[in-house]
Amino acid sequence: MLADPVLRALTAACPGSRPASPGDAVAGGTPRFAASPASVAEASAVLRAAAEHDLAVVPRGSGSKLGWGVPPRWCDLVVDTLRLDQVLEHAAGDLVARVQAGVSLHRLAEVLGGAGQELALDPAPGLGAPDGVVPTRAGVDGAGVDGARPDGTGGGPGAHLDGGTVGGTLATGAAGPRRLRYGTPRDLVIGITVIRADGTVAHSGGKVVKNVAGYDLGKLFAGSFGTLGLIVEAVFRLHPRPATAAYVTIECADATEAHRAVAAASASVLAPSAIEIDRPARDQPITVGVLLEGEPAGVGERAALMGELLGAGARAQPSQPAWWGWPGSDPAGPAGTLVRVAFWAAALLRVFAVIDGAARSVGLDPAVGGSAAAGVIYVAAGPGAHPAAVAAFVSALRAALARGEADARPAPAAVKGEWSGTGRWAGGGVPPVLASAVVVHAPPAVRDQVDLWGPVPALPLMRAVKDQFDPGHRMAPGRFAGGI
Amino acid sequence: MIKQLIPRMTEICGPDGVVSDLAELRTYECDGLTSHRVTPALAVLPRTAEQVAAVVRECAAAKVPFVARGSGTGLSGGALPHADGVLIVTSRMRRIIAVDPDSQRAIVEPGVTNLSVSEAARPFGYFYAPDPSSQVVCSVGGNVAENSGGAHCLKYGFTGHHVTGLELVTPAGELTWVGDGTGAGPGYDLLGLLTGSEGTLGIVTKIVVKLTRIPQLVKCLLAAFETTGAGGAAVSAIIGAGILPAAIEMMDALAIEAAEAAVACRYPEGAGAVLIVELDGPETDVLRDCVAVRALCEQAGATEIREADDPAERAAIWVGRRSAFAAVGRISPAYIVQDGVVPRTALGPVLDKIAELSAASGIRVANVFHAGDGNLHPLVLYDDSSAEATAAAETLSGAILDLCIEHGGSITGEHGVGVDKSRYLPKMFGADDLDTMQLARCAFDPVSLCNPGKIFPTPRLCGEVPGARRGPHPLVASGQLDQF
Repeated sequence: MLADPVLRALTAACPGSRPASPGDAVAGGTPRFAASPASVAEASAVLRAAAEHDLAVVPRGSGSKLGWGVPPRWCDLVVDTLRLDQVLEHAAGDLVARVQAGVSLHRLAEVLGGAGQELALDPAPGLGAPDGVVPTRAGVDGAGVDGARPDGTGGGPGAHLDGGTVGGTLATGAAGPRRLRYGTPRDLVIGITVIRADGTVAHSGGKVVKNVAGYDLGKLFAGSFGTLGLIVEAVFRLHPRPATAAYVTIECADATEAHRAVAAASASVLAPSAIEIDRPARDQPITVGVLLEGEPAGVGERAALMGELLGAGARAQPSQPAWWGWPGSDPAGPAGTLVRVAFWAAALLRVFAVIDGAARSVGLDPAVGGSAAAGVIYVAAGPGAHPAAVAAFVSALRAALARGEADARPAPAAVKGEWSGTGRWAGGGVPPVLASAVVVHAPPAVRDQVDLWGPVPALPLMRAVKDQFDPGHRMAPGRFAGGI
Repeated sequence: MIKQLIPRMTEICGPDGVVSDLAELRTYECDGLTSHRVTPALAVLPRTAEQVAAVVRECAAAKVPFVARGSGTGLSGGALPHADGVLIVTSRMRRIIAVDPDSQRAIVEPGVTNLSVSEAARPFGYFYAPDPSSQVVCSVGGNVAENSGGAHCLKYGFTGHHVTGLELVTPAGELTWVGDGTGAGPGYDLLGLLTGSEGTLGIVTKIVVKLTRIPQLVKCLLAAFETTGAGGAAVSAIIGAGILPAAIEMMDALAIEAAEAAVACRYPEGAGAVLIVELDGPETDVLRDCVAVRALCEQAGATEIREADDPAERAAIWVGRRSAFAAVGRISPAYIVQDGVVPRTALGPVLDKIAELSAASGIRVANVFHAGDGNLHPLVLYDDSSAEATAAAETLSGAILDLCIEHGGSITGEHGVGVDKSRYLPKMFGADDLDTMQLARCAFDPVSLCNPGKIFPTPRLCGEVPGARRGPHPLVASGQLDQF
């Protein structure tokens, strides 16, 4: 048997190696082997063994986002990080935590919550396990998913954290509504330890927030979907956990009204932590919601002022509205299609027009929602939508974006250069396209018909980076943008 | 050799855009770190991105090294010229292309000064958050290279948190956009890699930055303490209370004395340390935090507390801090500024140890630092007319960096590694770490012409990467697929 010597080598490197089972499937395909290293040394050894045997490797945390991105071209070995499950250090006085990649966000929230701190990330839309793959194994990361909320605030930030791991969150760059205030994982990671494709262990950054020594590989690995190496450890900057949250919402009749509300909240001095929108269907009103966080007195006062700003009909509530952030329950469902549209915030109205135009042209009526003020919204088509229509929608959407139809048009007074009046700045000086549409996840029938990532600026540089870090193209091959 | 480039460079940049006269070239021989001086073989002052690209292409073709320079205020020799190379000065690229408050973005050329971005955004109610103390003169391009911070990065983050798009001239001379300004585009986070890469991965020719809402209220507190230890205790108490000020700065007795002599800042007489705490945000929150900070300072033994909320009063508090480096220059013939970082909780013991080292060596050390994030700026005072004194000051300065590393910190928090600290980098990172960083370098600049000799002590040759490349996918090979 060919597998035996390879499995022997993997087991010698990492005793937690085994023949893969159907539970180890990646996007429907079962790899030959699975390994669960229990230490950085084992992780390094198992990747070295994989290199020696020319195995294609897919890193995995809890598997909650394994259906994101393109299915890998090859997968011989799944390396999961679930036994790398130690919170190595929580320096509360320094607002820093050093954790192994397999720690779940939920567990980390529990540990940090004890000191009134948090990793300021909330769940991204679209979490789920597409293709019916349920990778969660008993006793590993299932406990927190539906269990008690880590912070006990009954719906405040940190509630609904999915079973995703620190490593997986970092590798996918997943972020939810509070990205407006705190950014995404790349903004919070201050140090990282990775295993390269050849087994080399490498660090960058460190344990202090302010640090410019050497290249910042943490940012490079953030959102790299396992294509550059295996993340085994990360150091994060923490924040004090806000004592109170208030959600101020208003129902808007149409996109124009919603845009006005979002812009007003965004331009206010009330320091919103998130500004979200939700439109379940085209002919339905758009709900705009603003999250305010902090000490009770201040939050109460700001919520009242925000209500006035949003207009008659605004109401404040202490708990998350059901639609907030679409965590784990986006209207697409894990088996549907979720598209992330990024744009310059001023273009919200145009983005709605482009989405609606593309959807109408193919007879779809997808739900739209997300972080409007941060310039990131999601379009969700349920599993029942016709795959050809969904694929045509994505293509039509991208074509409109490429024509600049969703590019922001700054107020003429603000433009120092020349404005051509056609939706583009004259004479360059601006990125060629100011928006993108990425398919976060989609069922196989859609994936077959559309490039999930779409056009990517600076792709040749990204390929060059990939070639250097993984010259054999064995790390999650093909999973990333541009076939990387 | 390099003289042969002059006609072509003159064609590209115009006769007034090429400097070849030795006396004129000497004006570029150093940046803000004057202890390293190299006269470049040639300097060019392009006005456009296309000119920068053309210059770089000429250099690449002739295998001549090139170094980019902004305003030359860097403190690590990052813009130190190459004796046989071309210095590309961006000071003529000073257009603010657009200020777009509706999307909270501005697009600027690299020679634009940091402060002028905030000035352009102010009428709209916004500012550009990173604020290095040289912000009146330093350039945004240089800030990107160094990932510059500043006093207010405690709350607002560094340059890297505020850059969402870069137009880059690659070391091969190709002009490309990295990122689309949204901060959420697809692909590797090259923005995160480029920012802080000290000009070794290319030359940025346009920068899209985030703008931040001007806070409703800003309050500044000045608290005097008998010792830096007491001041440090106050800092810990403030952070421990879950308060995140915009800035927390500290100065010790010697720094206060120097500032008093230079600018008559009228800090409390006889203070062993002063703490400057700036709070900003929504009014209610700032007022409440202000009361809390006062109380915490009093509990930590503050001997006097002053409070300012109008811009003039705030400026009066800041003047001593802002002038500190120059002021120390007046009480000593020369000084070395260090930029080490320690975990905030280690500030006390590290300052004590610095005092011990100072006493043991008889060398005076003035401490001015970003206390909130543990970023020390010890100023080691010495007489540069004595070789012995210079050597002793360098030894002490190195010992301070060792101290920072021992405490889990960094050799540089915001000034960069440049040429000055490359010899210390191996104390923070192992050979594998540095080799891994070099992979990124090789992806961008395989022939090492772009700002060579900076950051890395022993550059590894590119192309030595082990591992066999897997052949192309059969569908790619057969022409049925582009790159999948």
